[in-house]
Amino acid sequence: MASNDTNLTTRPSVAVHAPGTTTSGGESAASVMQLRDVSVYYGSYEAVRGTSMPIQQNQVTAMIGPSGCGKSTVLRALNRMNDPIPGARVSGDVLFHGQDLYAKDIDPIQVRRRIGMVFQKPNPFPKSIYDNVAYGLRINGIKGRLDDHVEEALTKAALWDEVKDKLRKSALALSGGQQQRLCIARTIAVKPEVILMDEPCSALDPIATAKIEDLIFELTNDYTIVIVTHNMQQAARVSHYTAFFTAEVDEAQERHGRLVEFSQTGKLFTNPADKRTEDYITGRFG
Amino acid sequence: MTLTAPPAARPAAGGPDLTRAALSGRRRFTNHLATAAIWFAVLLAVIPLALVTYTVIAKGGGVMSLSFLNEDIPNSYRREGGGMGPAIVGTLLITGMAALMAIPLGVFGAIYLNEYGKQRPLARIIRLMSDVMTGVPSIVMGLFIYISWVLLVGEQTGFAGALALACLMLPVVIRSSEEMLRLVPDELRQASMALGARKWKTTLTVVLPAAISGITSGSLLAVARAAGETAPIIIVTGIVFSPNWNLFDGSNTALPAQIFRNASQPFPAAQDRAWGAALTLIVIVLGFTIIARFISSRFAIKER
Repeated sequence: MASNDTNLTTRPSVAVHAPGTTTSGGESAASVMQLRDVSVYYGSYEAVRGTSMPIQQNQVTAMIGPSGCGKSTVLRALNRMNDPIPGARVSGDVLFHGQDLYAKDIDPIQVRRRIGMVFQKPNPFPKSIYDNVAYGLRINGIKGRLDDHVEEALTKAALWDEVKDKLRKSALALSGGQQQRLCIARTIAVKPEVILMDEPCSALDPIATAKIEDLIFELTNDYTIVIVTHNMQQAARVSHYTAFFTAEVDEAQERHGRLVEFSQTGKLFTNPADKRTEDYITGRFG
Repeated sequence: MTLTAPPAARPAAGGPDLTRAALSGRRRFTNHLATAAIWFAVLLAVIPLALVTYTVIAKGGGVMSLSFLNEDIPNSYRREGGGMGPAIVGTLLITGMAALMAIPLGVFGAIYLNEYGKQRPLARIIRLMSDVMTGVPSIVMGLFIYISWVLLVGEQTGFAGALALACLMLPVVIRSSEEMLRLVPDELRQASMALGARKWKTTLTVVLPAAISGITSGSLLAVARAAGETAPIIIVTGIVFSPNWNLFDGSNTALPAQIFRNASQPFPAAQDRAWGAALTLIVIVLGFTIIARFISSRFAIKER
């Protein structure tokens, strides 16, 4: 059901399978999520207009574009993080395995347990390193071998060797890059299917950024990743698919975010179909 | 080939002179003046504090003894000796009961205001009312409890005093706890939410622990203030001369009320007892402070 009505200038050259067939790993091309004509409103203001794109399983999908183009807004719509904002509303369908996440009987808590999020600023809880990772396990009622789960998550987040001797120390004593990897460990500890990352490296130095990027690549073995970034080189380095958003001004002089182009990353950066994409990636954006 | 000169010879090379001596006289004078003014202000603030502590210890230390702490209050002011046992019992029981009622209620109220109510009309009204309540004089609160409780049950009791003190503490606890909850960064709530935590879980396991040391301090301030309230105790708890361990049956007394009664007598024995009671009260409040600091440091987030 989630396939052929996308209104994009270019179509990703991948087949989009129906839900339920999304188990192959590696270079699979099944879509875990599907956005169909998704608009996000804050009150009466339409922040993002008519976005349609798939999110492919075990792939990294990057969202790029200038500030204020709504890419973070769309990202947060994918696991209902906009819910607490007064007046925030989503129209269209955000499908996860074919299920509309905004249907009436959907529990947003269940959604967020399967679609995790890593934020722009590293935001570890003011607790110990161990408790940060164990937090999600505890609230999800995972009992028993917590230690094993914590070690596994920290190992996957490439942080275990750095922190294994100070698990009881405060997470706030870690460096920014370590904090961000801890936040990733905390997210993967609850074993979501999809991890949303909202500019995860923008507060980090290049070395820490490189570590996170390597990590993102590793994580695609088990997870589907959607990453918002300001940094086009980063999108080119880490992602398989890229969505380019921009802000356009309508007749009423209101700015709306819009998806301009969605395509395989290599294609979008070397042979963009849309003039605006080309202007942006070549630095000629007005 | 020209090489740049090593930077060691800066001043000689015409660079800026960064030593203090290079400052203009006026700036140096202003600097000294500001430092002196700050020290003067600190001393000025410390003088009354030190004087009060010194006087109370000097005058109250004389009567202080184990028997002063546990003997009954003489029922004639003129009589020498005796102690403050009943008042200590009363203060601990009444203030403790008041704290037991006001702190949980106040903290839950603050959680409602900051985490759930936010800018809703109900939350705004509660916020306004608790601000108004902060300004209600304690004697008014005493009379209110007298009318609404003491007249209802037909006798002055320690519990009535606890009710009055709880009413005085409640708005302070609410507002100080709300301020502390507001300082907890929203990123933490979002992080918890993104892990699939329900709101109550986030509040209980992330927000409250992050704010607990501030909430403890605020609540403690309210307890300390309530422990020193005199007027409502005199109005609603009456007086006893031997310890009454039952808050719900019969009159009671507390240290501030005893200070007031004894200090307003012309007899030296009574005045000595008043000083002793004052010293005892200060030590009790200090005890509360130490206990609360200990509790909050147990909860506090260790930085390293």
